[in-house]
Amino acid sequence: MSLVGEFLIALALVISGIFGFVGSFGLVRLKNTLQRLHAPTKATTLGVGGMLIASMIWFYVEKDQFSFHELLITMFLFLTAPVTAHFIAKVYMLQSLRKEDLPDTKGPHGWSVYEDAPQGPPKP
Amino acid sequence: MLRRLVPHPLLSVTLLLVWLGLVNKVTPGNLILGAGFGLVVPMLTAAYWPDRPRIRNPLAVLEFVLIVLWDIVVANVQVALILLFRPEAKIRSVWICVPIELTSAEAITVLAGTITMTPGTVSATLSADATSILVHALDTDDPDAVRDQIKSRYERRLKEIFP
Repeated sequence: MSLVGEFLIALALVISGIFGFVGSFGLVRLKNTLQRLHAPTKATTLGVGGMLIASMIWFYVEKDQFSFHELLITMFLFLTAPVTAHFIAKVYMLQSLRKEDLPDTKGPHGWSVYEDAPQGPPKP
Repeated sequence: MLRRLVPHPLLSVTLLLVWLGLVNKVTPGNLILGAGFGLVVPMLTAAYWPDRPRIRNPLAVLEFVLIVLWDIVVANVQVALILLFRPEAKIRSVWICVPIELTSAEAITVLAGTITMTPGTVSATLSADATSILVHALDTDDPDAVRDQIKSRYERRLKEIFP
């Protein structure tokens, strides 16, 4: 394995480790549920991202082939992580917050957690 | 005719690319198999895809992805510094209401996902008529600046991508 390749892989792994750690640390340290929600978005972006980049470089340098799996993992993570965060935020709002705790929508309708859509549910 | 054969061209291309990525090798056989999936799956599931999102400008998509990736890196560092060194009491979390002008469901979904994936902001919910997004910011002294950044950096570009 070339020295440059090894160096790049190590760098990517270290970055991934640092941000993975900071994400978990934030989860422990922050007190508020919504603030904690910010920590995993960090771990999934640069934390996992660094590891995937390291894996791609390794396949390229060591096996001399281009690996697509990492790109797919990135894509699936970017599709699923926001949905989870959105669900957690909504459940938290329903259980622990009242309408008055949130800022105004500046429109005729309130937030969808507390109010149905104006036309009713969408038709199938 | 072409329309009936390929009811959902974007989905077909995505399926082909995902298949090639899963098998991790581009050979003629895989290419044909992937293209087969790209043709058959959209035909079988066409009933569940009533709206077909159109992408106006593929170059704008690339620009958007690059900008979001760059923002993710920058924001990661900023949030890491806050988490490690800022005392608990000095983290100023706020709710921000971001009015949106996008109308298509796909565009709003992409915007909400982008807001969540850039560290420091999480999109919490939409208003009932889908004209504003409720965003939770981990730490900011100027909520208006965050709102303007989301609008000018992401929403403006999404408006160019989705008609």
